[in-house]
Amino acid sequence: MPDSERKIRVLVAKPGLDGHDRGAKVIASSFRDAGFEVIYTGLHQTPEMIVSASVQEDVDVVAMSILSGAHLTLFPRVKELLNEAGSGHVLLTGGGIIPEDDIAELEASGVGRLFGPGTPTSAAIDYIREWFAGQEAV
Amino acid sequence: MILHQELLERFRAGKVPALARAISIVEDEREGFQDLLHAVLQREPSTCRIGFTGPPGAGKSTLVAAAATQYRAQEEHIGIVAVDPTSPYSGGALLGDRIRMNDLTLDPGIFIRSMATRGSLGGLATTTKEVVDLMDAFGFDRVLAETVGVGQTELEITAAADTVIVVLVPESGDAIQAMKAGLMEIADIFVVNKADRPGSDRVVKDLRQALHLRAGGVGKNMPAHHGVDLSRLVRQERSQDAPSSEGAGWEIPVLSTVAQNGTGVEELLTSIEAHREWLASSGALHVRRRARARGRVEDVVDRELRRVARRSGVMGANLDPHLDLIQAGEGTPYSVAREILKGLLR
Ligand SMILES: Nc1nc2c(ncn2[C@@H]2O[C@H](COP(=O)(O)OP(=O)(O)OP(=O)(O)O)[C@@H](O)[C@H]2O)c(=O)[nH]1
Ligand SMILES: [Mg+2]
Repeated sequence: MPDSERKIRVLVAKPGLDGHDRGAKVIASSFRDAGFEVIYTGLHQTPEMIVSASVQEDVDVVAMSILSGAHLTLFPRVKELLNEAGSGHVLLTGGGIIPEDDIAELEASGVGRLFGPGTPTSAAIDYIREWFAGQEAV
Repeated sequence: MILHQELLERFRAGKVPALARAISIVEDEREGFQDLLHAVLQREPSTCRIGFTGPPGAGKSTLVAAAATQYRAQEEHIGIVAVDPTSPYSGGALLGDRIRMNDLTLDPGIFIRSMATRGSLGGLATTTKEVVDLMDAFGFDRVLAETVGVGQTELEITAAADTVIVVLVPESGDAIQAMKAGLMEIADIFVVNKADRPGSDRVVKDLRQALHLRAGGVGKNMPAHHGVDLSRLVRQERSQDAPSSEGAGWEIPVLSTVAQNGTGVEELLTSIEAHREWLASSGALHVRRRARARGRVEDVVDRELRRVARRSGVMGANLDPHLDLIQAGEGTPYSVAREILKGLLR
């Protein structure tokens, strides 16, 4: 039974070595404005750090912002580590500069929906809300 | 009724995801959370609970990270809970304390949890105390709790921690402001952080002087003849507020740190240890734990009464006829409440 009262907890992560996190901060604050509890961990997160934090924080969703072009390695790697950590129930989603073809490939591999350049954050918010409503309470 | 039996087993076996889930269950007050707490809390509290409070941006998270790093060097296991405010507009929250703790994320001996206040005003979330209890039961040697950054008294921290550290910065203003904000009453240790900035020496001196005046002037903070004035502590324990160190023979130190590079952190840990020893030898630890237990019972009773009222359905739409009466001047909130309570407590 989904619990509509329960806060949705989201880890917003900025993996990789590229220098700024303006995009991730914008996403984090619009998630907050949508009523989510957002854990923001700052720049330069490795997949291991992202998964360790998401386990400790018991989040429902991990949202990664990737501008570096490393999405084809980072998303599968985080997904794999989540599964290994017993967090297969966590939704992995995200966005950034990701070409259409890569989005299709990643989504087919079991990652959640990804949002390319120019998508409004409201699309991601709606998607997370819908996904959450469809979840069995754990 | 959900019993969380399997979760309990994994919790007791020291599994981190089980602790994380137990915290969520308690934080959300999901079904069975009281039984879960009941099951894990049947043991003597053993963890050293240290609270960090102070104005926004004073460096609380940075200091917590620096302290945790030093404790790790002594092979201690550390639980950290950091609270940030919930937005009153959206009900959402941006929890950013982990940004200062990234170096600790991959250390298996450290567990960090962020909490949103969810409308609670005392500087902690309503269930932060219970989360600290869970961390205690999980077996951490120390639990470090960080309040939201608010200038005025974040009194709740005294109910969650054995040792309260008030973190100020050179820009915090003079000691009068600290006094007005009630920080003198809750501090066991003062830290003036960002000592790399101008004005920090003056704030330290100012605080020391104010504490000294306070101690000398009215005979507070002086050791009583036999070391501790226990009757005073007991009076405090009985009063609504958790006891402060006031009048119990603990001289509140004023330290300065540069949390960013670790300067002064060792001295802080030494002071925490000294306070710990004082708590134990003076009997104050016992008194504080007792006050905590009392507060916890009161909280649970309050919460359960509210839950009973909500569950009974008298508070929702069923209130409308009563509201009609009030608006027509034929009833008052008091007469209506009396009637409802009569029904509930029957
Ligand atoms: N110059 C200087 N800056 C510091 C020091 N300690 C922390 N900072 C910086 O102060 C800023 C705030 O530090 P935090 O640790 O996030 O402060 P906080 O009290 O936890 O903040 P809130 O949780 O938002 O209330 C960060 O940019 C830190 O890098 C210090 O000793 N000196
Ligand atoms: Mg902080």
